[in-house]
Amino acid sequence: MAILNSKVPGGKLFDKWTEYKNHQNLVNPANKRKLDIIIVGTGLAGASAAASLGELGFKVKNFCYQDSARRAHSIAAQGGINAAKNYPNDGDSVYRLFYDTVKGGDYRARESNVYRLAEVSNSIIDQGVAQGIPFARDYGGLLDNRSFGGALVSRTFYARGQTGQQLLLGAYSALSRQINKKTVDMYNRTELMDIVIVDGRARGIVVRNLVTGKIESHFGHAVVLATGGYGNVFFLSTNAMGSNVSAAWKAHKKGSYFANPCFVQIHPTCIPVHGDFQSKLTLMSESLRNDGRIWVPKKKSDAEKIRKGQLKPESLKEEDRDYYLERRYPAFGNLVPRDVASRAAKERCDAGFGIEKTGKGVYLDFKSAIERLGKNTIEQRYGNLFQMYGKITDDNPYETPMKIYPAIHYSMGGVWVDYELMSTVKGLFVVGEANFSDHGANRLGASALMQGLADGYFVLPYTIQNYLADQIGVARMDTNLPEFKKAEKDVKLLLDKLMSIKGKRSVDSIHKELGITMWDNVGMARNKKGLELALEKIKSLKKEFWTNLRIPGEINSLNTELEKAYRLADFLELGELMAKDALHRDESSGGHFREEYQTDEGEAKRDDKNFTYAAAWEYAGENKEHILHKDVLSYENIEVKQRNYKK
Amino acid sequence: MNLTLKIWRQENEKAQGKFVTYEVKDISPDSSFLEMLDILNEQLVNKIQLPIAFDHDCREGICGMCSLYINGRAHGPDEGITTCQLHMRKFSDGDIITIEPWRSRGFPIIKDLMVNRDAFDNIMQSGGYISVNTGGIPDANSIPISKENSDLSMDAAACIGCGACVATCKNSSAMLFVSAKVSQFALLPQGRTEAKIISNIARMNREFLCANFS
Amino acid sequence: MKKLFSSSVGQKLIMSLSGLFLITFILVHLLLNLLLLVGPEAYNKAVHFMATNPLMHLMEPVLAAGFIFHIIYATILTLQNQKARPEAYAVVDQSESSSWASRNMYVLGGLVFIFIALHLVNFFFKMKFGVGGDLPKVVYEGIKMDDAYPLVSGLFKVWWYAVIYVIGAVLLALHLRHSLWSALQTLGMNNSNLRPILENISILYAVIIGLGFSIIPIYFLIS
Repeated sequence: MAILNSKVPGGKLFDKWTEYKNHQNLVNPANKRKLDIIIVGTGLAGASAAASLGELGFKVKNFCYQDSARRAHSIAAQGGINAAKNYPNDGDSVYRLFYDTVKGGDYRARESNVYRLAEVSNSIIDQGVAQGIPFARDYGGLLDNRSFGGALVSRTFYARGQTGQQLLLGAYSALSRQINKKTVDMYNRTELMDIVIVDGRARGIVVRNLVTGKIESHFGHAVVLATGGYGNVFFLSTNAMGSNVSAAWKAHKKGSYFANPCFVQIHPTCIPVHGDFQSKLTLMSESLRNDGRIWVPKKKSDAEKIRKGQLKPESLKEEDRDYYLERRYPAFGNLVPRDVASRAAKERCDAGFGIEKTGKGVYLDFKSAIERLGKNTIEQRYGNLFQMYGKITDDNPYETPMKIYPAIHYSMGGVWVDYELMSTVKGLFVVGEANFSDHGANRLGASALMQGLADGYFVLPYTIQNYLADQIGVARMDTNLPEFKKAEKDVKLLLDKLMSIKGKRSVDSIHKELGITMWDNVGMARNKKGLELALEKIKSLKKEFWTNLRIPGEINSLNTELEKAYRLADFLELGELMAKDALHRDESSGGHFREEYQTDEGEAKRDDKNFTYAAAWEYAGENKEHILHKDVLSYENIEVKQRNYKK
Repeated sequence: MNLTLKIWRQENEKAQGKFVTYEVKDISPDSSFLEMLDILNEQLVNKIQLPIAFDHDCREGICGMCSLYINGRAHGPDEGITTCQLHMRKFSDGDIITIEPWRSRGFPIIKDLMVNRDAFDNIMQSGGYISVNTGGIPDANSIPISKENSDLSMDAAACIGCGACVATCKNSSAMLFVSAKVSQFALLPQGRTEAKIISNIARMNREFLCANFS
Repeated sequence: MKKLFSSSVGQKLIMSLSGLFLITFILVHLLLNLLLLVGPEAYNKAVHFMATNPLMHLMEPVLAAGFIFHIIYATILTLQNQKARPEAYAVVDQSESSSWASRNMYVLGGLVFIFIALHLVNFFFKMKFGVGGDLPKVVYEGIKMDDAYPLVSGLFKVWWYAVIYVIGAVLLALHLRHSLWSALQTLGMNNSNLRPILENISILYAVIIGLGFSIIPIYFLIS
């Protein structure tokens, strides 16, 4: 059993990254050509890493399951990206960005990683502008900022409501340039099926061509996973339909520890669920909370009338509205962090003040902002979001308040990595949302883009060299080695097994059931009883899956049902671990809210004495209990205290 | 509402395709077009038939993966949106809906309604970028760019690369896709240092065999 | 130069420039023809001027080349376009994305071409080369010239000729409706301000040409 070594460099927090870079090992240019790097995923982290490593001269192979690298789900990020530029001169600094991120994460993130993230944040903006990303500017021609949740300064750069799209297209253009230069080989519509370990090191991957169904192997001196989060374990989430945990889960089963799986983020402003046909939840950017005010009716009777459609929200008088975030958190108001805003919405709805037919919704109202700033300004700021909202709901948010409700959005948990972003398997690196490192128990808005690009552009290209420096003597391996052949055979056996179940149920029908179980018991609020129930339910769902699944079609051709099936197989196992992790963490922190542990005012109550650690779970084998390892977090530069967004 | 769907089915790129008619019942007007197809696919899977293959991913109108030529229009009968944002309230009970894949030499059919859009990637690789390496970049505010140009550039940069322009163009030209990228860069000082327009278009001609005319 | 003839942009340019040249020619042609409404003397004098002016002699082969380039490249491009979408859509609803004329430029062009061929047989060959016998002569202010007027007025007295020429004028107008702004767009004259203006000018121009050429046969048919 490996002992966790987070490899955090010594020295003062402010110097760690500089010191690390000064003393790390590098690979000389002639040797870079001899080293192959596999990168799975082409989102912000994957594409930026592939482009940067290609530029350096490594031989990169980049894989994505979509039809093009540009489709990765980073593209859907709306609001913005944080950086400590302090352009508005409102008192921002690297330290303050670091502090806000650690605090926002409810003191469950690794200090050294977060500081490094804040340190490199400024370079990301420079990089983006040089790539031709049309960030929003003011009339003087300089870059504009907006504010986001959990911060008292305006540090968020944005490109309308499409910041993720623009940043991803920037990284994609850098990647395209490297593909053209033949330093990167791109494999579209190709999905990772397993990771190949040779002599204890990650040396390659087995992939399935999604068009032909062909299974094949690729060698790499190192393997990088940039495969995003696992929110789709809930079936309904803001993730893309194809987003899945499988790559991370295969890494986990091959020896990478999985950290803090129960830390998932519930985004407070999504369009509420409409019916059981629903396939996906749509996010309305957090930036809307800059100008929108969140409320529910003050009186239950009004809420009931609204639910029945007898009362229109716009006709409800000001004094009959409860702006509950402004009431509860005067200092941050509508801009409290996401976990706080989500729970507050749930609290009001559970108490019977919710709107929508289901009672699961609150209002996000732009009336006062339109009165103050005019419709034009609001349209300029959020036009595309308002249009999107209108198309989906058939409501006009300029005239009637938006209806919103929290939904699963982001996974803070993920594969455990050390300071160098390497997992517990040597040579297997994990970047972006797929790892666990920077956001603790809750991520602040506009920090995901920052982390993905920081990892890909400015962290991994250094740290991976420290690993590769002593691999220059390792020749490229033949994928006919027994380790590769064995992994391929295992994949084929798995696919055969899935196809031969020949039961009665579709993949989605089981996935939906898993989703409901997860949302009800491992969602916004959790308790011991519910979590135990979830564990049992997931066990029976797993059995149902492996005995009653029906997949039409063949293995050796395009088969979307088969794809969904092997992804769901991993989600089922992950769901179990999430419940276990949530059950073991006898405290509330960030996105993990255990009803047993709350303050008198209903706020999350941490147990710093017993739980200031990242829970890194080791896979012990099929039907065996996971083994817990503690990556103890120490805060030397921040005073750990109860989060307070009231004053 | 109840609908009749005429959907293009094609086993693979080489195979002969044909329209197959399906019926779906009790579709909610609040469901999206793709959710309606999900429901159809669930029916097909339950009958142990092959579900209809179509591309989709983010389902919020930004990834550009969804396509579909619906009743003669790319992304269907609504304006400024993608198929995944199209909702069934745009149709009426009893409608017959014809669903076809994008049709262009540059977008060969993979299966059913799925097409291969590698051509777009190839165009981007031939010059859809500004040649900067990672790092060593001057401060982002060192070059002011007028708000007007920056906004216009963003208008162009917002292209999601779905291929609807090719699908719709009577000549199956990718000129809009190319010009979106060219305009984005041409409006910015950092993009003007490089002129790769010609190589882009030459690549487009090869990919689409289109005359880009009329 | 090689790129000009092979690249799609170069080919577009050829279509645009030859098209603009033909557009100018058509206007001159119409202005000259409208003199038919003034009377035989004005018309015959203008015809004589055109026939004897050395610049016009120079322009004749250029005009012919303009037609030929325009037709050849239209054919090449149309064939390419058809290859670009080997399988057609079963249902097409492009009412909002493009005009009918723009989608049928080659067909319209082909019909116009047939009309022009007829037109050349009816008038041009007779006037220019005296096919079917020399034209009668008239003398104005001491200058002897061909009397082309009866040739025109005589032909349009035949009702079905008049109808064919009106149809020809309408086809030409439809072809021109998409021409002018599209040709200018190819030359880079397109932005959100300019586009609606140019499109309107284009439509106006097409209407003028269509009406102008229709009036003549109708005038002779009725009078």
